[in-house]
Amino acid sequence: MNDTTTVRNERASRTDAAARNEQRGDAALMPPVDVIEDRTGITLRADLPGVPKEKLRLQVEAGTLTIEGDVSIATPEGMEATYAEVDLPRFRRVFTLSKELDIGKVSAELKHGVLTLRIPKAADAQPRRIDIKVG
Amino acid sequence: MYRSLFARDVFAELDRLQRDVQEAFDLSPSIRGIGRGGFPALNVGSTPQAVEIYAFAPGLDPVKTQVSLDRGLLTIAGERATDLPSGRDDESAVHINERFGGRFRRVVSLPDDVDPDGVTADYRDGVLHVHVKRRESAQPRRITVQ
Repeated sequence: MNDTTTVRNERASRTDAAARNEQRGDAALMPPVDVIEDRTGITLRADLPGVPKEKLRLQVEAGTLTIEGDVSIATPEGMEATYAEVDLPRFRRVFTLSKELDIGKVSAELKHGVLTLRIPKAADAQPRRIDIKVG
Repeated sequence: MYRSLFARDVFAELDRLQRDVQEAFDLSPSIRGIGRGGFPALNVGSTPQAVEIYAFAPGLDPVKTQVSLDRGLLTIAGERATDLPSGRDDESAVHINERFGGRFRRVVSLPDDVDPDGVTADYRDGVLHVHVKRRESAQPRRITVQ
């Protein structure tokens, strides 16, 4: 595994996010993710159940990717919650991106509560086959 | 045994620890244990007319998901395909792998007054909502004083 080509999810970025949460006073659940890298880019999948498209916010800023979504579920009026495992109405997770990723070409799709992000590598960061000249 | 919907969540882990300690001291726990922490995560709510169950199960094929009610036990079962590349593909690397993949089954014990014929289920934004009506006879009624 090449460390310079991973979407880094180091403790630093998580503590940053935690500090920000405290400041804003809005706690959020951390969605589970899969991150897969291939030759041309990185695919990130995140489980965001209950988040509709219009309540999902994706932001790339200063080398960090922020995924944030509000859970929006229509519940009947007067419903009393008797048991809750999902006890916060928000998901949030922050990743530090590495610089060979082309943040201008990120594509995103949200289907059945699963967000799929594709972050391609910049053209000059893609692997190139080097021909060996025999003299 | 289960993979939580919220892997690597420190608070969930502390919560689990606390539960384990509680279970160790509880001399007569529920026969089905405390199922918290599995996939899918469940929220349950109630109104005088119905019981509402919300299963947070993103990325399912609704056709392959089974919801059944038998003698007061609601079972939600199915399978979620993993999106990870197969091991033979050496062109890709998995950096983070936290999402649940595989078969799952969760069972919820419902109150006695539910109507087995009044169950509906819908799937939206990755949340499976099961609505179970309570029996008419069990619903609160206003009695007029003559």
